[in-house]
Amino acid sequence: MSIVLYLPNDSAAISVGADDVAKEILAQAKNTGLDIKLLRNGSRGMFWLEPLLEVVTKAGRIGFGPVSPEEVGGIVDALAKENFENADHAKFLGLVEEIPYLKNQQRITFKRVGIIEPLNLEDYQKHGGLEGLKKALTLGSEKIVEEVLTSGLRGRGGAGFPAGIKWKTVAAQTAKQKYICCNADEGDSGTFADRMLMEGDPFCLLEGMIIAAIATGANKGLIYVRSEYPASIKTLKNAINILEKSNWLGPDIDGSGHGFEIEVRRGAGSYVCGEESAMLESLEGKRGQVKVKPPIPAISGLFGKPTLVNNVLTLASVPMILADGAKAYRALGRDKSHGTQAFQLAGNIKHGGLVELAFGVSLRELIEDFGEGTKSEKPFKCAQLGGPLGAYVNEEMLDLSMDYEALAKGGAMLGHGGIVVFDEQTDMAKMARFAFEFCAIESCGKCTPCRIGSVRGYETMDKLIAGENVDQNLELIEDLCAILEESSLCAMGGLTPLPVRSAIKLFPKDFGLEG
Amino acid sequence: MDKNNVGADLPKEICAKYQNNRHALIEILHDVQEELGYIPEALVPEIADQLNVTRAHINGVISFYEDFKTAPIANTHLKICRGEACQSMGADALIEQANQLTAQSQGKISSEPVYCLGNCALAPAMMAGEKLIGLLDEKSLSKIIKKAGQ
Ligand SMILES: Cc1cc2nc3c(=O)[nH]c(=O)nc-3n(C[C@H](O)[C@H](O)[C@H](O)COP(=O)(O)O)c2cc1C
Ligand code: SF4
Ligand code: FES
Repeated sequence: MSIVLYLPNDSAAISVGADDVAKEILAQAKNTGLDIKLLRNGSRGMFWLEPLLEVVTKAGRIGFGPVSPEEVGGIVDALAKENFENADHAKFLGLVEEIPYLKNQQRITFKRVGIIEPLNLEDYQKHGGLEGLKKALTLGSEKIVEEVLTSGLRGRGGAGFPAGIKWKTVAAQTAKQKYICCNADEGDSGTFADRMLMEGDPFCLLEGMIIAAIATGANKGLIYVRSEYPASIKTLKNAINILEKSNWLGPDIDGSGHGFEIEVRRGAGSYVCGEESAMLESLEGKRGQVKVKPPIPAISGLFGKPTLVNNVLTLASVPMILADGAKAYRALGRDKSHGTQAFQLAGNIKHGGLVELAFGVSLRELIEDFGEGTKSEKPFKCAQLGGPLGAYVNEEMLDLSMDYEALAKGGAMLGHGGIVVFDEQTDMAKMARFAFEFCAIESCGKCTPCRIGSVRGYETMDKLIAGENVDQNLELIEDLCAILEESSLCAMGGLTPLPVRSAIKLFPKDFGLEG
Repeated sequence: MDKNNVGADLPKEICAKYQNNRHALIEILHDVQEELGYIPEALVPEIADQLNVTRAHINGVISFYEDFKTAPIANTHLKICRGEACQSMGADALIEQANQLTAQSQGKISSEPVYCLGNCALAPAMMAGEKLIGLLDEKSLSKIIKKAGQ
């Protein structure tokens, strides 16, 4: 019997040498004559263990990690022996699913990521794939929308708008041509969950889009993927081909009479194109300029047609909601935040990765129990939540519950679920300056405060950092923040004050003020 | 290929691949750049003709998106992440180092800052061409630059 190995082809795993390890495994198999079958999976999301090599055993999959090409020989030797389940090897991790980081999660949206071969449709179905879609085909439009409403699912792209309401609005439009546009721009620093899902379980996203199409009556889908994700683009294109060949996509999906096609489109390095109206402009081949709302895309979106815009994870959550029941999903979470969230631990953290858990877990649990603190082992200073437009939080705020309402109350936001950790060496004046600079670089240019005010912002920060008229300059910064907040068309300018103000409030000393 | 006539037929071929659909402009520009490494000014009129849009529209799109280059870039182009997660792990010093080394590379290497590559749990991150690199440090960066400069 052959020895079956799994090694991720997730681009983060490859970024630390997974392909070199794969090459070495194949070479060693040839040398030793061992019958080794190497499969490539997505990542489990425990990035400090990548490349994570898994071996299939009767008891389950056991792991070795992080594995370097030099260590492959030793591992292959160990595998050649009997009872390798108890391998005596420095990188031996035991049963992968018993690793607390993984064991203590509630994987729903990510339940297959890292487990299956991403482009193996049979494997996908063996692990519950297409069940949601099959159910959807029996339910029909109205009941699907009802399920999504009941589930309490909210948009995972940042704004947290109830998905069911959007679906219902699009479904109610009478236009013949409607679109589903999946927002896979994932521009927020500190986030990588969309990428992991697109690379590790692409069918899940496509299944969610097909269900959305049946629910809303859309006949065409587009996925707007940032150009920084070439592997996601390739994997999605392959996955679409496979679903077309098996008639899960095309003019008559599984003989149901529903027709739906999906196209992948590349972004081109613009952060603001993650904002939905800018994304739609970009999909029309234009500059990614934000548009005034109303009309909302659900009524007049791509080419003026009703368009459902949802984030990757919003859409990818739907198959499981339909398959396992909306009520079960709704029961998870806290307050008005239902279901699970893919939290992403990033930056200066020992155990960075993806943690999917019901809303309501505390930030402390995420950073300290899962993340095990800073990677530098210097004291924790702060974390930025929800991407570059999100607030900084300090040690005292770590007991915040991670859900939309509690975070809003605490002056922060969840965004796309990114948590970036910083240690005590971080200069928050520099980070505040960066927030303005980022706004200046990525502004679409439509509103003057965002376009010009952001430049004034970092110039003023430069003066402040140099110790010039600190009080006056801080006042100026506060004025700029107030103007940005009040007169920006979108959250790019509107939320830039959030990281700036939170940094000043929590760490006044870094700005030359008495603490 | 005639050096003075870089990719003259290219716009036509690429636009045809997208049925001369002006809504596919971003895809078309990506394809041109993949072929030539940049988007030569001289090709803009032809693309405009094929898609039946103005040159100003195309130039406007090219200038809006960071990805599109109007001049050749070096054989090895590094995109070094300056997102917050990478900054928390010392990206600024690496960018500084890369700037110094690329300046000495006589045009063989170029670099630009980018804002998040989706590898934030393995920060600092960088892309060399299409290859993503995680846990970047001074040593690995200078190795990559040295190799590219040869
Ligand atoms: C500046 C800016 C950038 C954004 N970037 C993204 C993004 O990268 N991905 C995303 O899904 N939503 C992003 N959004 C939110 C979208 O505008 C939109 O709310 C979302 O795609 C809707 O999908 P959802 O309801 O499923 O979250 C961004 C918003 C702003 C203002
Ligand atoms: S706030 Fe900034 S990014 Fe948003 S529309 Fe105005 S100028 Fe554009
Ligand atoms: S912030 Fe650098 S990869 Fe995300």
